[in-house]
Amino acid sequence: MSHVALQGITKRFKTVTALRNVSFDIRDGEFFVLLGPTGAGKTTTLRVIAGLEQQTEGHVLFDGQIIDDLPPAERDVAFVFQQYSLYPNMSVFDNLAFPLRSPLRRVPEDAIRQRVQHAADILRITHLLDRKTSNLSGGEMQRVSLGRAIVREPRIFLMDEPLSNLDAKLRESLRVELKHIQKTQHSTTLFVTHDQVEALTMADRIAVLNKGRITQVGTPTDIYDQPATTFVAQLVGVPRINLVPAHCEDGTLVVADSPLRLARPGSCDLPATFRLGVRPEHIIPSADGEFVGQLVLIEPLGVESILHIKVGGATLVCTVPGMTHYRLGDEVRFNIVRDRLHYFREDGTRIQV
Amino acid sequence: MATIELRQVEKKFGALHAVKPLDLTIKNGEFVVLLGPSGCGKTTTLRMISGLEAVSGGHIYLDGRDVTWLHPSERDIAFVFQFFALYPHMTVQDNIRFPLQAQGVAAAEAEKRVAEMVKMLRIEHLLKLRPGSLSGGDRQRVALARALVRRPAAFLMDEPLGALDADLRESMRAEIKRLHIANEATSVYVTHDQIEAMALGDRIVVMSAAEVQQVGTPAEVYHKPANLFVARFIGSPGMNLIKGRYADGVVHLPGEIRYQVPDSWRGTLAESLKDGEVILGFRPEAGLLSDNGTLTGRVYATDMQGAFTMLHLALGDETTLVDVRAERWVDYPLDALVRFDIDPESVRFFDPRTEKALRRGKAQ
Amino acid sequence: MARFEESGPRSPVVESIRVDLVHPRAQAGLAIRSVIGIVIVLIMLFPVIWVAMTVFKTRPDTVAVPPKFIPYVEDGLLSDFCMEPQLNKDGSVKLDKDGQPVLKEKSICFDVVLEGAVGLFFERRTLTAAQQKKYADDPNLGWADRILLKRGTLITGPSEFVQRFRNSLIIAGTSTVLSVAFGLLAAYAFSRWDISGKPDLLFFILSTRMLPPVVVTIPLFLMYRQLGVYDTHIGMILLYTVFNLSFSVWLLKGFIDEIPREYEEAALVDGYSRLQAFRKVVLPQAVTGIAATTVFCLIFAWNEYAFSLMLTSDVARTAPPSIATTQGAGGLEYAIIAMASMLFLIPVVVVTFALRQHLLRGVTFGAIRQ
Repeated sequence: MSHVALQGITKRFKTVTALRNVSFDIRDGEFFVLLGPTGAGKTTTLRVIAGLEQQTEGHVLFDGQIIDDLPPAERDVAFVFQQYSLYPNMSVFDNLAFPLRSPLRRVPEDAIRQRVQHAADILRITHLLDRKTSNLSGGEMQRVSLGRAIVREPRIFLMDEPLSNLDAKLRESLRVELKHIQKTQHSTTLFVTHDQVEALTMADRIAVLNKGRITQVGTPTDIYDQPATTFVAQLVGVPRINLVPAHCEDGTLVVADSPLRLARPGSCDLPATFRLGVRPEHIIPSADGEFVGQLVLIEPLGVESILHIKVGGATLVCTVPGMTHYRLGDEVRFNIVRDRLHYFREDGTRIQV
Repeated sequence: MATIELRQVEKKFGALHAVKPLDLTIKNGEFVVLLGPSGCGKTTTLRMISGLEAVSGGHIYLDGRDVTWLHPSERDIAFVFQFFALYPHMTVQDNIRFPLQAQGVAAAEAEKRVAEMVKMLRIEHLLKLRPGSLSGGDRQRVALARALVRRPAAFLMDEPLGALDADLRESMRAEIKRLHIANEATSVYVTHDQIEAMALGDRIVVMSAAEVQQVGTPAEVYHKPANLFVARFIGSPGMNLIKGRYADGVVHLPGEIRYQVPDSWRGTLAESLKDGEVILGFRPEAGLLSDNGTLTGRVYATDMQGAFTMLHLALGDETTLVDVRAERWVDYPLDALVRFDIDPESVRFFDPRTEKALRRGKAQ
Repeated sequence: MARFEESGPRSPVVESIRVDLVHPRAQAGLAIRSVIGIVIVLIMLFPVIWVAMTVFKTRPDTVAVPPKFIPYVEDGLLSDFCMEPQLNKDGSVKLDKDGQPVLKEKSICFDVVLEGAVGLFFERRTLTAAQQKKYADDPNLGWADRILLKRGTLITGPSEFVQRFRNSLIIAGTSTVLSVAFGLLAAYAFSRWDISGKPDLLFFILSTRMLPPVVVTIPLFLMYRQLGVYDTHIGMILLYTVFNLSFSVWLLKGFIDEIPREYEEAALVDGYSRLQAFRKVVLPQAVTGIAATTVFCLIFAWNEYAFSLMLTSDVARTAPPSIATTQGAGGLEYAIIAMASMLFLIPVVVVTFALRQHLLRGVTFGAIRQ
């Protein structure tokens, strides 16, 4: 397992710049997640590290050594694709053995058998070894893909949204398993996803990527509690954070277009107009709440219910535990947790208060 | 708007049952969700209602009219596909107008209806564009507009949010619900995502392996699951289900844990369980951490999920794992001993052989 | 409300099909359409059936009016049907010296003979009546000689047909293999790499197909003469390969575009070289595409007429020009031409039939995108 670093990676295609000055490092044994929406450049980043794509500027380092000129075969990375990575017409065993049979490696057959068996045990697919890959379910196929990577015993695992094509339930169970395997095998892993739940639950550290630029790098707690930009704040957290335009007036915060008024925080200078962020769990309906609004939508999720409350021209989303007794159209009184407010400038960057 | 009734509707492929005989009545204006994992028969059922798939048996009634053998175009239903199926060579406006032209609606009336839809879905700025240049969310809005503009008797949707990014799915979900409240169309929605089903459905039809497992409101399937499958499938994560042995008011769980059964359950358990084998179920949020808790487990993993922390506890050895939802600031080191109780109102019991839930107060 | 039995299909529906296709009304429609389809197919195939019959007709029968449809073998199959008693002018049955009715064949029947089939393979000279009698008694005559003797001709040696046919096999076969092989490599490059000027290059390749052969035969003739490849196998193979290359590059690129890149990239990352990844991963998946392309290239090369006529004379001449110009003693020998045509059909039909499963997929390639 290796320590992998990217320094100033820029990748330009003919018409579009996919990556701009991307730098971060992955420590040995770390589960590092690259989080971003579709088209942010996550897959391009993985391909640059694997050598499938040559960067326009910048360097890729493995254990401190620049490896820009190494072809993919010699970089000793294992790539898990989203789909289409299992060879049809071959059995599961042959698929798992395929990387080891490459001329570059010259692994003897009994060593191959051993490693395949070991990987199959870890992923609990030993009963599938003789089956043809066309006879597998989605979850089984992804397990075999992971197995193909594990037999390689590479320096780093590169995973490109491997769970996104699976059913919600299957995704949940495979997620727990994947994290457990990574922790027990101490594998350096770079995991790419657009699903923030996957990122928060699995990562040791997260890098948020937006339109080819790294917006923030930190632990899940950092990203959730101290988002560096409105983009990051909206990316993590379900339901999404409430972001409303606001300004200061005579010592109180005024939320634009609504009767919401909050006491101004102590020691800071806020710009003339700014954006206020409140996470849904920090809006608390209460019979003697300070603020009031009207309930326009209810989404009962069982463990909690999502209430959409209209206050003047703004709609705030809040979560309450369990099933709610409120009905559509009801007037709802609520409080807001003061020390959990987020402040952002108009350009999206965070204001530290 | 219409009622939809399915009577003993089934679908076979050769000897294989894709959908076992199914009875379902969907009331006027109701939003019903067909929920289940891949291959459970939910999409096949939807397609039979639409006419894109022929039934192998049974009848389908739309507002009392037998439509089982009618061509899809004769049934007055609108279908929204997962991959949008927008006409790529037409502009957004033409796409939305298309079904009305097919029906022969007068031009003036058609324009009015298109404008109404466009306003409702907030896509005025996209009218002259082609679908190819739109984002996923916008395309799905156009697909919804195209389906709604016909004012059909029923509105069928096949995993319409499946192709969208996670955050877009959340906002489009709320939008679909808002739309339903506004136009009160009888809707049938297929998904494998139980969060969508809970958020959107007036009633949920939980299916697995070609059979209906339970039909009920979100509250019913969440708090009163009919069997193990529903208990596991609904909720993320699903209900914790632990095998145990009942004797004299106590359930013996792995790790030598003795769970005191609430009084209201004793009668049922004593009557229903022949050999004492029972499965105890509780949802992660029903696990209450407490220093005096009667149940103990060791921390196997902790997940910080933003608003809360999920503790994965091992009872006894590592083969029995339960999830307990805790406050955000809770943070135990690996292998720490944790004590907790189960909220007595939320505990559930299941018969391991029949996999059905035991109902408090009467034997199953 | 209508009952299931009244409004639905008669037997339970056990496959995945749309409602309107299962309805009895739709099924009846399907039956009618099938019958019409079969009738049209028979009409379309009629010329081929006619040519097949022509192989077995005598010279006068081939050009007889009204045309003769029904084959029969003397004293054998259908001869009872085809021989009818001859009538006298007054309508009574004509009798021969033994009192048996004299039979003549019906005007729509023709006697099956093997002269055309056999005559294709030999050079013949016409004999006088006296010579015919002489040879008729010769016991050393082979069966082929006997058949041709009936027509008053004698075999003088083998005809060119066999050689021409062999030329066709060699030239068309080799050029097909070469154009598919080179096309595959070029298509892979076009599909996987970002080549500068790619759309222009692809258009250029396609443009070679836009020229009618007639336009380029004169320059080619001069070039070939100059280079000394006129009337050689190499020359023709080269020409057909180049001409087919445009088609095979375009067709194969479409197929390879459909194979997801992730397969090769996984192999690359696992330690295989490009070529090995191509061989182990791409080729097995491209088999249907290669089969379809092979059939199309073969059909073109096999049937090619203009170039062969202009650029060959004797050594490398293929079958098509020589079939058309087969002349016999009395002008065009239709039976022989027909036999040559039928034989010529066989190789292509055999190859297409063998690859028919792949062709079905080949026709719809690129139509369905994920």
